[in-house]
Amino acid sequence: MAEVLVYVDHVDGAVRKPTLELLTLARRLGEPVAVHLGPGADTAAPVLAGHGAVRVLTADAPEFADYLVVPKVDALQAAAEAVSPAAVLLPSSAESKEIAARLALRLGSGIITDAVDLTADEQGPVATQSAFAAAFTTRSRVTRGIPVITVKPNSAPVESSPAAGTVEQLAVVFGGLATGTKVVQRAERTSSGRPELTEAAIVVSGGRGVNGAENFTVIEQLADSLGAAVGASRAAVDAGWYPHSNQVGQTGKSVSPQLYIANGISGAIQHRAGMQTSKTIVAVNKDAEAPIFDLVDYGVVGDLFQVVPQLTEEINARKG
Amino acid sequence: MSLRIVVAVKYVPDATGDRHFAEDLTTDRDAVDGLLSELDEYAVEQALQIAEAAGDAEITVVTVGPEDARGAVLKALQMGAAKGVHVEDDALHGTDVIGTSLVLAKAIEHIGYDLVVTGMASTDGTMGVLPALLAERLGVPQVTLLSEVAVADGKVTGRRDGDAASERLEASLPALVSVTDQSGEARYPSFKGIMAAKKKPLESLDLSDLDIDPAEVGLAGSWTAVEDATARPARTAGTIVKDDGEGGKQLAAFLVEQKFI
Ligand SMILES: Cc1cc2nc3c(=O)[nH]c(=O)nc-3n(C[C@H](O)[C@H](O)[C@H](O)COP(=O)(O)OP(=O)(O)OC[C@H]3O[C@@H](n4cnc5c(N)ncnc54)[C@H](O)[C@@H]3O)c2cc1C
Ligand SMILES: Cc1cc2nc3c(=O)[nH]c(=O)nc-3n(C[C@H](O)[C@H](O)[C@H](O)COP(=O)(O)OP(=O)(O)OC[C@H]3O[C@@H](n4cnc5c(N)ncnc54)[C@H](O)[C@@H]3O)c2cc1C
Repeated sequence: MAEVLVYVDHVDGAVRKPTLELLTLARRLGEPVAVHLGPGADTAAPVLAGHGAVRVLTADAPEFADYLVVPKVDALQAAAEAVSPAAVLLPSSAESKEIAARLALRLGSGIITDAVDLTADEQGPVATQSAFAAAFTTRSRVTRGIPVITVKPNSAPVESSPAAGTVEQLAVVFGGLATGTKVVQRAERTSSGRPELTEAAIVVSGGRGVNGAENFTVIEQLADSLGAAVGASRAAVDAGWYPHSNQVGQTGKSVSPQLYIANGISGAIQHRAGMQTSKTIVAVNKDAEAPIFDLVDYGVVGDLFQVVPQLTEEINARKG
Repeated sequence: MSLRIVVAVKYVPDATGDRHFAEDLTTDRDAVDGLLSELDEYAVEQALQIAEAAGDAEITVVTVGPEDARGAVLKALQMGAAKGVHVEDDALHGTDVIGTSLVLAKAIEHIGYDLVVTGMASTDGTMGVLPALLAERLGVPQVTLLSEVAVADGKVTGRRDGDAASERLEASLPALVSVTDQSGEARYPSFKGIMAAKKKPLESLDLSDLDIDPAEVGLAGSWTAVEDATARPARTAGTIVKDDGEGGKQLAAFLVEQKFI
């Protein structure tokens, strides 16, 4: 059976959920071979094996952390040459997309980004994408080379599927471009303790209507009652009320949760681009004409400072 | 020696218009007005600031696209870039990102550069991969997704805010930079800028000028193919209630019914 390379996104061996989703998709195309770069392969390997990786190729070197993107491309290229895969799958994070792009060019392959589903037929993988702020759904395929496809979070279920997961060292020779861009300093982001925005099943967002950084506690309390991640519109981020890493939209994160609750957000096209594919959409906005109401399954026309705390209280009461 | 900056800008259908696909499943560019991709305004702005800091610098703006795409270059010239280059050729219709990166790389080499600046993503394709492809093709460092950028003493430095960490990056020129919308508001063209732009040189190139085989671009030369595109079904109208003091409770009841609570 054909092998499919899956690039592992992880923090020191803690595998991120989108990678496990990729393993589910990879099993539709062939036998997943995971590529783990950097430290923590010992921790990651059993997890990858548990989700269907027949082999885990690992390489660790200071270059992966000290220089931007290219060392990882060199490693994936080495993996592709060693395996001759039927496809290469990567998560649709900003960095992984850049890795995917350079890899595709080196392999002489077409690239598809931000797939939301993958199926296979005799001619190989077919990727579903959502275009023009999710107004259209397209199905595309790579017609030349080894398909290189990046996939958005929440595009497939995480499934356990025990496989051998044999750990093998990958030999990587870094090319001349690998040390071009030096990472001179790195400040790790501190975790809020809440679920990761792109991976969360529920996202509660606040916009300009929240009217102040201090008022975001209203949003956070609702999020915590639901075990949700907190998102923000660009207006709220630009005003300095919430960190940019929580921005939902075209230039922020794109989210596709089971439930999205927009509070004090008008629903501009650039915001919709990041949340329109949410399964259930709820909005609280005091303006009945706000475009966000065109998208909702349930909307409350009202003042968020009345509605949201009441909702939070109800939820907490029901949880007992 | 003068710092040669090239900014790649894209002409895109206005996102607030009714964007859709043409019959051949390429972007229907006739249906909606086009404009300079708003995210590329940030690229032009940072290029202008880098040029101002350098003192002796020249900015050339390049676009690849049909006749109208000239509009994107014109806007950048109005903002303050010195020269424009428009790569236009019938054979380009339907080019994918790999092909686009080929054309841009050849055009940028033709222009001559020390620094290439791009946006973080286009507002239509929104792939966010062209900058990396361009760096690979040009064989220069990629210093991408910067929310802050500076050029001094032959080096680019910048800040990249990623998912897990915020990084400070450094590379030697020549290099390619892409900037995010966090890099700083773009200026509006002044009346003087608009008048001056009319006199600025705008060169038009076709594939033969760049020594590109038409078979390498266009729909036929693409390494990807769109099989079908379907409009998202209109959402069935949701329930909308007006808060009369019980809105939060009603919403809670909906969430219970939907099994979220
Ligand atoms: C290139 C580009 C990229 C962009 N990328 C993004 C992006 O990634 N994400 C993004 O969000 N935006 C993005 N934008 C900005 C986008 O166009 C909008 O400006 C932004 O989404 C507006 O944010 P908002 O809905 O919070 O604010 P507004 O549009 O000002 O809406 C605020 C809403 O709050 C309501 N409100 C006010 N007070 C209350 C109250 N007490 N109770 C209830 N409701 C209240 C108002 O009725 C109003 O509808 C981008 C724009 C551009 C040009
Ligand atoms: C909805 C949609 C989906 C698509 N999906 C795919 C796909 O999966 N695979 C594929 O190969 N192609 C795809 N394309 C085509 C691809 O978007 C175009 O080939 C495009 O020229 C390059 O991609 P981008 O604009 O998304 O680039 P991005 O990588 O998002 O653009 C980043 C920057 O590159 C520069 N740039 C991009 N294009 C140009 C240009 N023509 N002239 C000057 N500068 C430019 C700008 O500075 C821009 O800010 C898609 C197009 C659309 C409209």
